Amino acid sequence: MITIDAKGMYYRDLNRLIREGIAKGVKKFFLENVNGQYYIGDGIKGDDIVINVNGVPGNDLGAFMDGPTIIVNDNAQDNVGNTMNAGKILIKGDAGDVVGYGMRGGRIYILGNAGYRVGIHMKGYNEQLPVIIIGGKVGSFFAEYMAGGVIILLGLNDTGDTGSDYFAVGMHGGVIYLRKKIDFSKYSKEVELYEADDNDMAFLKKYLSEYADSFNISIEDIMGGSFYKIVPSSARPYAHLYTSA
Amino acid sequence: MTKSSFSSIQSEYLALIDHTKCVRCKRCIQNCGWGTYSFGGDKIIADHFKCVACGRCYTYCPEGAISIVKNPTVIRENYNWQEYHIRNIWKQSETGGIVISGMGTTFKYKKYFDHILLDACQVTNPSIDPLREPMELKTYLGKKPSKIELDFNEEGEPVLKTKMPPQIELQTPFVFGAMSYGSISLNAQKAVALAARALGIVMNTGEGGLHDDLIPFGKNIIVQVASGRFGVHRDYLNSGIAVEIKIGQGAKPGIGGHLPGEKIGMDISRTRMIPIGTDAISPAPHHDIYSIEDLRQLIFAIKEATNYEKPVSVKVAAVHNIAAIVSGIVRAGADIVYIDGYTGGTGAAPNIIKDHVGIPIELALAQVDERLRDEGIRNEASIIAAGSIRSSADAVKAITLGADAVAIGTAALIVMGCHVCGRCNTGNCSWGITTQRPELVRRLDPEVYGERLYNLISAWSHEIQEVLGAMGVNSIESLRGSRERLRGIELTDAELRVLGIKHAGL
Repeated sequence: MITIDAKGMYYRDLNRLIREGIAKGVKKFFLENVNGQYYIGDGIKGDDIVINVNGVPGNDLGAFMDGPTIIVNDNAQDNVGNTMNAGKILIKGDAGDVVGYGMRGGRIYILGNAGYRVGIHMKGYNEQLPVIIIGGKVGSFFAEYMAGGVIILLGLNDTGDTGSDYFAVGMHGGVIYLRKKIDFSKYSKEVELYEADDNDMAFLKKYLSEYADSFNISIEDIMGGSFYKIVPSSARPYAHLYTSA
Repeated sequence: MTKSSFSSIQSEYLALIDHTKCVRCKRCIQNCGWGTYSFGGDKIIADHFKCVACGRCYTYCPEGAISIVKNPTVIRENYNWQEYHIRNIWKQSETGGIVISGMGTTFKYKKYFDHILLDACQVTNPSIDPLREPMELKTYLGKKPSKIELDFNEEGEPVLKTKMPPQIELQTPFVFGAMSYGSISLNAQKAVALAARALGIVMNTGEGGLHDDLIPFGKNIIVQVASGRFGVHRDYLNSGIAVEIKIGQGAKPGIGGHLPGEKIGMDISRTRMIPIGTDAISPAPHHDIYSIEDLRQLIFAIKEATNYEKPVSVKVAAVHNIAAIVSGIVRAGADIVYIDGYTGGTGAAPNIIKDHVGIPIELALAQVDERLRDEGIRNEASIIAAGSIRSSADAVKAITLGADAVAIGTAALIVMGCHVCGRCNTGNCSWGITTQRPELVRRLDPEVYGERLYNLISAWSHEIQEVLGAMGVNSIESLRGSRERLRGIELTDAELRVLGIKHAGL
C-alpha cells in the first residue's frame, strides 16, 4: 500500500509512480489532492489492484484499463473508462462526457449524473459484459452506436426527464434499462421499448445490489417500481442503405 | 415500394467460352467466386451479369478457352452522359441505395506523379554505380530531436547523450498500408506479414484487431486504433512496434467504415471482440475527438498505456487544408503522420465520396512538407505518403516531395492476383483476398504470395538504388524533400507552385 500526494504533480510523474508501484507489487494506492491529472490508471493490469482517488481526476481515467478497481470519492471528468477491457470504476459524484467509449468489459458505477455521449460504441463480447450504471441523468447522444453490454439509467432524485436528445441513435446491440419511462419521441428509430420481465429484474437485482453496496444506499430505494428495457430492432441498422456498384 | 424483378442494366462484361477448346474440366465453375459459370448438361454456360472481370477464370483455365470482353452492346457514347452515370441512375432507381464499391476511384483525374521528372548527374558531380557502391535505404520513422548532444566514453569515442524518441527502423522506405482482417482475409494478412518480416519493414492491422496468428510478427506490425475501437485493448497496443490512430482514409475522407454483419464470423468476431453477425460500424468521427487538443489527449492516452515506448502515428486523408491539419497533428504530439491521397484504396466506400472527395497525394505532400519546414517542426514527425503508389518511381517522387516513406496497399493486393475489379465490398473475391468464404480464402497461399511481395519490394528497392546512383547520392536521406531534383512537365504555373518545383528545362 502506498499513498501519493498528487498536489501540484505533473500527470506523467504521477502515472509513472503508479506504474512503478504496480511493477514492484503494490496492490493498494491512495492518491491524495488529485486535481485534474489525466490518464490515472491508463493501461494498467491486475485484478487485485485498487486505486483510491481523493480529489477530482482528469480526463481518460482508467483508459484501456484491464482489471483494477478505481474509486473516486469526488466528481470525475471526461472519457472515464475509455476502451476499458476489465475492472471497476466507482464515482461518488458526477462524471463528465463520453463515459465508457468503446468499453468492452468491466463496470462503471456513477452515483450522480453523467454528461454527453455516455456508453458510446460500448460492446459486449463472449463472457465479457460491460455494465454502466448511472444514478442520475445523462446528456445527449446517450448510448450512440451502442453495440453490446448493459447501461442502467436510474434517474434517482430527478423529477424532470431523465432522457435526452438523440437517445440511443445507431444502437445495434446491448440493452439499456430505464427506471423511468422517457418521452418516446426522443428514442432513435432503431430501438424498441419493453417492460422488464422477471429475467431482467433478476439481472438488475444482481448489479444494482452491488451498486447500492458500493455507495451505501438502500437497494429498496432503487428497485421499487417497474423497469423498462430498450433493445435495438436490428443488429444491422444500416444494411439497407447500400447497393453494390 | 415493391421491388421490380426487371432490371434495365445490361451486363458490363461478357464471359465468352470457346467450346472447341473447352474440355469441360469445370475449373472455371470452381474458381469463380461470383457464380458466373455453371454446367448446362453438355457444356459450360456463363451468366454474364455476374462477371466482374476479376480475371480468375481465364488465369486458371488450362485450355485458354475463356475470354472476358467488355460488352460490345454499347450504351450510346456521350461525353456528358457517360455510361457510369447512366448505370448509376438505373441502379439507384432500382434499389434506392447508395452505390458502394471497393478499391480507389476509377475516375480519370490528372496523375501528378506522371508529370514529374527526376534529375540525373552528367559530367560534374558524377553519378554513382549502385552495383559497386553501398546505397543506404534504411529509414527511421518517428520524432527526431531538434539537436543532439554527444558525450565521449573512456576511449574517447562519441556516445549519444540525447535520449532518442522511439523509432521504427525500416530497411527500405516502404510500409504496407492498413488493411484489416475482415476487409481482407487472414491468409492475405499473413502473406503481408511474412513479407514485412523478411523485408525488415512493417505492416498495419487496420481497424480489425490482431489475430492470434499474427502476434509473433509484432515487431513488424503497426496496430491501429480507429473510432470503432475494434480489438483494441492494453495488450494489443503493446503488441506492435507502433500504434496508429486512424482519423481518415484517402478513399473516403470524412466518413467511417462498416463491415457488414454477414462477414463477422467466429474468427473475425474473436479478433475484433464483437458478437458474431453484428455490423462492425466505425463511425465517421472518433466520438472523443473534436479538436486538436482532443487528438492530443488520445495520443497521450496511448503513450501512457504503452509507457512512451511506441511511436504514435496519426492517419489522415489528404483534403483541402491538409497542411494546416498536419501541422496541428504534429503539434498534438504525433510521431508519424500518414497522409492518404484521394486515389487510395478501400474495402468499401460510397462512390460519391471515393470519386469526388479529397486531393492528390503529390500536392498534399508538397504543401505539408513546406508548411512543417516553414514552422520549424518538420523533425517532430515522420511522414508516410499513400494513395496508389504504383511503382518505385512514384515512391522516389513522393520521397523527393517530402515523404519519409511510402505505403503500399493496392499494389500488394495486385501481387496476390487482384485485377482491381473494385468489388471488394461483396466478399466474393475469387482470389481469396477480400473475402471470408473459406473455400475462396483457402486458395491464397501466404507463403507463395509472401515471397512474391518480398520480390516486388526488393525489386523496387533496387530500382530506387539505381535512381539514387543516377542522381549522384548514396542515401535516400539525401533525397528527402530535395525538390530541386524534380521538374514538372505539362503542368501549369499554379500546379508547379503547389508542388514547389520548376518546369522541365529550367
